[in-house]
Amino acid sequence: MEATGLSLLTVILFLPLVGMTIMMFIPEAQGRNIRYTALGFSLVTFALTLVMWAGFNPALPGLQMVQRWEWLPSFGVSYFVGVDGVSVLLIVLTGFIMPVAIFASMASHIFEDRGREKIYYIFMMLLEWAMLGAFMIQDLIVFYIFFEITLVPMYFLIGIWGSEQRVYAAVKFFLYTLAGSVLMLLAILYVGNQAGTFAIPEIIAQVQSGALVFPFSGLFSTQSFLFLGFFIAMAIKVPLWPLHSWLPDAHVQAPTAGSVILAGVLLKLGTYGMIRILLPVFPEASIAWAPIIGVLAVIGIIYGAWVSYAQTDAKKLVAYSSVSHMGFIVLGIFALNTQGIQGAVLQMINHGISTGGLFLIVGMLYERRHTKALDAYGGIWKALPIFGAISLLVTMSSMGLPGLNGFIGEFTILLGTFGSDVLGFFFALFATLGVILAAVYMLYMFQKVFMGELDKEENKHLHPLNWQEYAALIPIVIVILLIGIYPAMFFAPMDSTVGQIVAQVSQFVTTIAQVP
Amino acid sequence: MIPVPSLNDLNLHLTLPALSLTVWACLLLLIDLWVPNTRKQTTAWLAAGGVVFAFVANAFLFNVNDDAFMGMFRADQFTAFLNIVILGTAFISILMSVDYLKRTKIERGEYYVLLLFSTSGMMFMAASNDVIMVFVALELLSIPLYVLSAFRAPELKSEESGLKYFILGAFASAFFVYGAALVYGATGTTNIPAMFDAVALGLAEGGSVPVLLLLGAGLMLVGLGFKVAVVPFHMWTPDVYEGAPSPVTAFMSIGAKAGGFAALLRILAIGLPGLIVAGGDQTIASWQTISWIIAAATMIIGNLAAIAQTNIKRMLAYSSIAHAGYIMMAVAAAGTAQPGLPEAAAQGALFYLIAYMFTNMGAFAIAMALEKDDGTGTNIEDFVGLSKSRPTLALMMAVFMLSLTGIPGTAGFLGKVFVFGPSLDAGLIAMAVIGVLTSIASGYYYLRIVVNMYLREGAGDPAVGATPYLNWAAYACFAGTLILGIVPFLATDLTSNVLMAASHMLP
Repeated sequence: MEATGLSLLTVILFLPLVGMTIMMFIPEAQGRNIRYTALGFSLVTFALTLVMWAGFNPALPGLQMVQRWEWLPSFGVSYFVGVDGVSVLLIVLTGFIMPVAIFASMASHIFEDRGREKIYYIFMMLLEWAMLGAFMIQDLIVFYIFFEITLVPMYFLIGIWGSEQRVYAAVKFFLYTLAGSVLMLLAILYVGNQAGTFAIPEIIAQVQSGALVFPFSGLFSTQSFLFLGFFIAMAIKVPLWPLHSWLPDAHVQAPTAGSVILAGVLLKLGTYGMIRILLPVFPEASIAWAPIIGVLAVIGIIYGAWVSYAQTDAKKLVAYSSVSHMGFIVLGIFALNTQGIQGAVLQMINHGISTGGLFLIVGMLYERRHTKALDAYGGIWKALPIFGAISLLVTMSSMGLPGLNGFIGEFTILLGTFGSDVLGFFFALFATLGVILAAVYMLYMFQKVFMGELDKEENKHLHPLNWQEYAALIPIVIVILLIGIYPAMFFAPMDSTVGQIVAQVSQFVTTIAQVP
Repeated sequence: MIPVPSLNDLNLHLTLPALSLTVWACLLLLIDLWVPNTRKQTTAWLAAGGVVFAFVANAFLFNVNDDAFMGMFRADQFTAFLNIVILGTAFISILMSVDYLKRTKIERGEYYVLLLFSTSGMMFMAASNDVIMVFVALELLSIPLYVLSAFRAPELKSEESGLKYFILGAFASAFFVYGAALVYGATGTTNIPAMFDAVALGLAEGGSVPVLLLLGAGLMLVGLGFKVAVVPFHMWTPDVYEGAPSPVTAFMSIGAKAGGFAALLRILAIGLPGLIVAGGDQTIASWQTISWIIAAATMIIGNLAAIAQTNIKRMLAYSSIAHAGYIMMAVAAAGTAQPGLPEAAAQGALFYLIAYMFTNMGAFAIAMALEKDDGTGTNIEDFVGLSKSRPTLALMMAVFMLSLTGIPGTAGFLGKVFVFGPSLDAGLIAMAVIGVLTSIASGYYYLRIVVNMYLREGAGDPAVGATPYLNWAAYACFAGTLILGIVPFLATDLTSNVLMAASHMLP
């Protein structure tokens, strides 16, 4: 049903842009006003995303709160927003992470030597706009636009306010991700020209009804090349092993808030795109490539965990753990069954919360000691007991302790992988190895930093956390417990949508069996 | 007996935009004699007034579709849209020149007159419907540019620029004329739509016609390829662009391309689409293969050579070669006989040109802001710290660089979309893949400017050249780049009736 007037989604989407415009007119000297404008707008946006979640009808598999305006009618491109069971939680996640990141920025000292506070918050708002857009838009070209625009503010966040190697990391991040996505642009143009429209639901409907056929005859055929054009872009964003090498650099050099957003939301653009576009538009290629992608994902899980364990730099350790965790999500998606995909969507939220939390913790330690080396710490629990307790909870959540959020996601993914027609037992077996390794490196880090004797003089007199830091950490703790205790609340909205996607893919299992 | 046309047959009113500018340039040459040397700015405003008049006239003639000068001159939407690009380029160039000429002490009235002559040459070229007309317009476009390139004489670099451009340009013109003569030999006509019929007839008869046609088309491609600076006819570009006064460089980087591509599209897509030597499973014109190879080579060499540059003008010169390659993609795509495809390709080229006009003129404006009075200050290193010393200029430059890379939200992105789409439709997938891969390489050198401005610490250039008029030019380009990136239908609606077929073939 076409909505008349403004859809709530449009309001949410353009709110950060309004905030950005207002901030442009606040003089640089009024740092306080700039900070609080950004915070205010991000909080209101978050509140509205919650309103959207409340108004979302979980029984419907299709798009809701749809709004569509023609943009380039002669090319079949339109501004087309809508939300379904997969994107609803990711939009809420974006709304949630943003105030957390802004609290973390307010607490940090990056502006003391780098300055330029105003443009920093402008970039934050621009980033929020672009990320919300990428999750809401249902038109391939406009999706690509938002997908790419996220690069620009992130590039500046890393490049201006990052650590020593920031320029290298920023340029690498930009070019690496650009390299992946330009091929996706070609694939998008090809698909759009064939379909006569760029609207994703219409393309899916054509594919499902057989009106639009991308010839498929094995791993290297037209459909597979198109699939790969999209997949490489998504896989770089995720990042899937072996395309992950930009991530450690970007994470380590980025300011805390940048890392939180990168891990919390930006990486999810890749996995979200896989579910939204790859599976329903290229079902045969998805089925055919699933085992290969599954192998890459499992390698990523184990490799990421293994390399994590070898790190001496806390931020790098968390960065590599991201590679491992994101491998789980990709594995779940390409299990191509309900449990796998539901687990993957939930794990996207979990990873955003837990890894975002870990980056916050590392950032707060860095604020106090100006080092990220694990050896510089030890016995911090004794100096900052509350902080230690919160950190323990986030660490446990990240390693998947039962009762907390991480467990639910990983368990569901493993269940899906095990029961999958395309993956199966061995994939689940090796992925489980990743869970064990996660416990190893996470406990290793926790022990190095928080346990042991408080033997270093510099660590004995650390500032207690200020209110902004609590404001950033406490919501994360709440969500970790909430998902762990009451996961049904998060599974409910995605049920029917995921069911529909799985049906859209499995319909093609028979056609693929006929390929020689 | 040669029929004598009456004045009514000439349809003179259709040529009003181009003709008025030519007449005004002649008059201005005289008027300028009475403008005192200390107040040469007056000439600039008079020239700008002529451009505005032509622009308004062009707007009134936007939707006509007719011939003038006995079929030599074609007034249609294609012409009118290109006129917008060309006149916009001329207007922005004049704005950028006013203070620049003064501070570099080369302020002479002829400058603006030459600029107007060249502009009218470009406009005639965009409208030309006959290879003789193309040639005359080509000369009218080029000769003032040779002079303008050397306008900083006796400075050696500028003299070198003018001389190099002149000698190589003369060669290129000769190639074009020879090609036109061969095509005339094969078809018996110089009129482009008439060529279309003659080609079909000639190919049916066989004989030496295909050889002559192929040679002729090839030689014309060489001549025009030189003007638009595609590989392998690009060698002159960096030296000429570096040595010429900066506003002239900016002016010719767009204007000459607009004229050249207009002629290429008209001759190849309207006159010679039927030049098929060996038919495959798809009907493609025989010039398509060489066109896409040229496009691919241009994108590769332009983008890779730009990486190594340390001077912003040389970098923008190589970048302009690369962008000629992207527009050349559209020319190649127009060679596939598929309903609507030549039109889509031409529309893509037109949008690319207007997007490139705003972006590249803007980039040159910022580069000129940093340029010192003696022509130094054009190194990429000079951009270090600009975001601290001149935040507005740095922001605009960053947007221009992102637009040249093709990042969404800017006009440059949509330009790329509109040329890649028809290329894929035409089945030129290899070319499109080369296009996107080279645009990653281009990201590297465009980003380096952004890195220097924002990410590297430095005192920052004071940007002495950022005078009010130059700033206005930059603002206009900045607005254009963003507006076309966000509401592209403003421009695409203006190209919706572009037709790429011989006029009598139309319904």
